[in-house]
Amino acid sequence: MSSLLETRHLSVGIGTRVFCRDLALELKAGERLAILGRNGAGKSTLLSVLAGLRAPSSGEVRLKGRGYAELGPRRAAKLRGWLPQTRNDVFASTVFETALIGRHPHLGRWDWESARDARFVRLALEAVGLADYAWRDIQTLSGGERQRLAIATLLVQQPEIFLLDEPVAYLDLKHQIAMLTLFAEAARNGAAVAMVLHEPALAWRFCDHVLLVLGDGRCEYGSATEMLDAERLSALYDYPLKVFVHEGQLCLIPE
Amino acid sequence: MPSRRRALIILALLLGVSAASLLLSLTAGSIHVPPRQVFAAFVGAGEGGTSAEVVIHLRLPRALAGFACGGLLALSGALLQVLLRNPLADPYILGISGGAGVGAILSILFGLGVAGIAGASFAGALAAMLLVFGLAHGDGSWTQTRLLLTGVIVAAGCGALVALILSISPDDKLHGMLFWIMGDLSQAMHPELALAALAAVLLAAMPFARELNLLSRGPDTALSLGVRIGALRRGVYFAASLATAAAVAQAGSIGFVGLIVPHLVRLAAGNDQRLLLPASMLAGGSLLVVADTAARTLIAPQQLPVGVLTALIGVPVFLFLLARDARRRR
Repeated sequence: MSSLLETRHLSVGIGTRVFCRDLALELKAGERLAILGRNGAGKSTLLSVLAGLRAPSSGEVRLKGRGYAELGPRRAAKLRGWLPQTRNDVFASTVFETALIGRHPHLGRWDWESARDARFVRLALEAVGLADYAWRDIQTLSGGERQRLAIATLLVQQPEIFLLDEPVAYLDLKHQIAMLTLFAEAARNGAAVAMVLHEPALAWRFCDHVLLVLGDGRCEYGSATEMLDAERLSALYDYPLKVFVHEGQLCLIPE
Repeated sequence: MPSRRRALIILALLLGVSAASLLLSLTAGSIHVPPRQVFAAFVGAGEGGTSAEVVIHLRLPRALAGFACGGLLALSGALLQVLLRNPLADPYILGISGGAGVGAILSILFGLGVAGIAGASFAGALAAMLLVFGLAHGDGSWTQTRLLLTGVIVAAGCGALVALILSISPDDKLHGMLFWIMGDLSQAMHPELALAALAAVLLAAMPFARELNLLSRGPDTALSLGVRIGALRRGVYFAASLATAAAVAQAGSIGFVGLIVPHLVRLAAGNDQRLLLPASMLAGGSLLVVADTAARTLIAPQQLPVGVLTALIGVPVFLFLLARDARRRR
């Protein structure tokens, strides 16, 4: 199977800090990658480099074999979607309108959104449980509702590669599972997913590969079963952890 | 998102309002000219005479200049509110009118004529625009905050310069200077350039209206959805600055139109730039035409600076809409 996203000799850093060196990642259709690491280890920065929003220190990111410069923002937007970690809405807007911006890369300059585009929005709002909120002002939403709306916008965009910065932030337990299940479904339908997570158990449950970002320039990449052991996770979080598998699910107990 | 049909209906209504405001300004004044005679003056029919003369050579240029300036200011305000992602941004926030003010006040001090004042204020506006752009863009990072702060500081510096010149100017020049600062259309007899600028800025902005919608939601979100944000932001900055410069050179720094009109339109019709930009232009033009008509008729033969009236009209309307919006949202 061909790779949807791949990095070559990728180094990422800010100022004098280096978050990863010479990273070679490959995401194929159907694959789900979890990016784990401490606060400030550079997970979000790495993800925004993968999303083409920030230039790498060196190396390159390729989507379906082509770099961001070659693709241009518009074609890139049809290939990859990015879920930001924070949202800052300064203007009032309805939930419906906000989800509708996901259609932007699919529309021509003079196109006005059609009934078909509206149908995509209704389906996505239904999928995240916001169907009844379509005409609410986004500034009245709770943190979790706003997060699910951002996910709906991403579903409306229909990218082939999902880059998610803390997709479960602000979400209650039920919605954490529900949202990650949505992305697992997208992966089953041929998308690739990379997500920054803070919960190794969710990485175990929803991802097949894991990238550990150690924060000092070193990264470890491997299958989820290989990466998510007590020794690695204790070192990663700099805190002793007990890790065991119970009925197929990973459990962590901080000592 | 308003449907395209709803957007067209709103624009058609505003077009009607614009036409009505222009007609009002042509009929009202020290000589009342009934609409029928206004039409007659246009087609060259009827007896002509003084009233036709007044309508064609005095009121029409001033009304058109007012419409162009109001439209330019509202358009510029709408664009800057998106660029800075700040609903409180107005056309003057980045120092454009400050630069224009220094140019205009100096040229009044040195006794230049109307054309000289317009030229000097336009030059001052362009200088401020390039200064702010250069300072804010200097290291390549071009964040909203940095742009905003640079603009506000340059505006403050220009304000201090203007105050300095005012305080050392002879009394007989002060009246003209104050009118310029408050915004005044009584010298605006050549609307052609401002109208051309209005058309140019609107036509340049409209193809990018949907991209501006995305920019208003944040640069990273816009980029991830396929907007070339670097080029778009520079374009918006220069379009908004030129619009402001063209308006200010014509009529001085008329306040409130650029802040309040985009707000009113946003409260009434939503924040879709495809509708907001042309609607703000029409509403801004109409507001200034009506305000200027009031400015020259309220206590005629004396004229008021129109900027005072735009504020007096704008503030209560704005507060009313804000209160209504807050109630509706609860």
